[in-house]
Amino acid sequence: MKIHWTQKNKLLAPIAETGHCGIFLFRMLSSIRFERGLLMSTLQQTYLIGARSLVIIMICGFFVGMVLSLQSINALQQFGASDQVSLLVGKSLFRELGPVLTALLFAGRAGTSVAAEIGLMKATSQIEAMQLMAIDPVQRIALPRFLAGLLSLPLLTAMFNAFAILGAVVFSIGVMGLDPGIFWSKLESGIYFGKDFMGGVWKSVVFGGLVSLIAVYFGYYAKPTGEGVGTATTRTVVMSSVLVLIFDFIMTSFLI
Amino acid sequence: MKDPIIRLRNVSFKRDDKVILDDVSMDIERGSIVAIMGPSGVGKTTILRLISGQLHPAKGSIEVNGNEVSTLSHRQLYECRKDIGVLLQNGALFTDLTVFENIATPLREHTKLSEEAIRERVLAKLESVGLLGTEELMPDSLSGGMERRVALARAVILDPKIVLFDEPMTGLDPIAMSTVRRLIRKTNDELGLTSVIVTHNVNQMNKLVDHCYILAAAKLIAEGSPQSLAHNEDPAVDQFMNGRVDGPISYKYQKATDSKTVNPS
Repeated sequence: MKIHWTQKNKLLAPIAETGHCGIFLFRMLSSIRFERGLLMSTLQQTYLIGARSLVIIMICGFFVGMVLSLQSINALQQFGASDQVSLLVGKSLFRELGPVLTALLFAGRAGTSVAAEIGLMKATSQIEAMQLMAIDPVQRIALPRFLAGLLSLPLLTAMFNAFAILGAVVFSIGVMGLDPGIFWSKLESGIYFGKDFMGGVWKSVVFGGLVSLIAVYFGYYAKPTGEGVGTATTRTVVMSSVLVLIFDFIMTSFLI
Repeated sequence: MKDPIIRLRNVSFKRDDKVILDDVSMDIERGSIVAIMGPSGVGKTTILRLISGQLHPAKGSIEVNGNEVSTLSHRQLYECRKDIGVLLQNGALFTDLTVFENIATPLREHTKLSEEAIRERVLAKLESVGLLGTEELMPDSLSGGMERRVALARAVILDPKIVLFDEPMTGLDPIAMSTVRRLIRKTNDELGLTSVIVTHNVNQMNKLVDHCYILAAAKLIAEGSPQSLAHNEDPAVDQFMNGRVDGPISYKYQKATDSKTVNPS
């Protein structure tokens, strides 16, 4: 049996796979046609993977906001600066926690579902049937899911941030009795649109592309077996999570 | 042969070092129903994949409807496939689409027909396979036989010149088997298709096909009408056609390059 050179050299295998994934991304992007069918299927996928992730994102966002304000107030009280809580919560949310946590939740909720769905389509010969009907599965299956992920994650991040701020409001003002005027004015004056808000938006766009690419790639190249589909979903979560954190560091070092 | 629509010339195919097909030649006549038969794992489905351009031969040439498929570009291959309908072993219906949408998919992709014309054509095809009324059902609510019939309707919706069937009767009850058999003949004759059926079901094929090819141990060991093959005296053909355990065709797994189990006479 012939052994491919990447199988011989385990160090080179990830590089080869990255290249393969890049070619897959190029195939997807070069198959974009501005037509109604693509728009409709992207919107449908945005509903399936984006809108259906909304509840979990809102719940998690709310409690992240609560715990963040709890920790912040606890720490700031030691310096008599507990009125700065909204600034600290806002900066951490918009810059880091919002995009990163939403991307991690999105990878677990939507990324796995996309990888499993495409993997199962492969295992049940639906992808093969499509190719035999002269329909490009990369264009019809992978591309709408990729675009939907790219579109959904920034929107979900916005919802996460909004509910986290709501959680912070409930805890800081409702429970700890902080002055609402100070809370909102510190938030408004201390958060910068370009650096803080747009920095987070750019991150969420990149993370959306990254998680969706990994999900459709692993699903598309899953072995057409039950085990293959399982492996594809697991690899999607693991690789997405690791790469989101790595890319977060890289982007932060440029955006800060 | 007068007018072959599919022509395989000295085709060999290897998977890793294992020889799957060795110097196989076939001429499939336009308008006929042809069976490619042989024991499981002998390379029957590989031939279908070679004809549809999913695989490329190590040696030899495959001409389909005037095109040498192994030399076509991606775009030319997709163009060529519009003339080929394929019914896969499990039907491979799209599980997230209704029966109607499954059959309409090739029309929506490759034609600019109006919604009304698409509806008309899909319902006509459903009627021809005896499943009118199932258009709003999802594939998971169909029986195995119904799935196969919907897949057949989908395979012929673009009025292709060739239809490839991969084990169309596997796992069906005798009534469903006869229904699918009759449908293949009816569709082939009414639409003027050429049908290539991969199977190991000798009894059903005897009632359906015009010409048979029998493969064993990577080689083409016999061809002819079902009647002539039934009386063929070659020990390997006789063993396969009559389902005998003892004979030159081994049921044991053959490792790598060993394609010498049968010596075709």
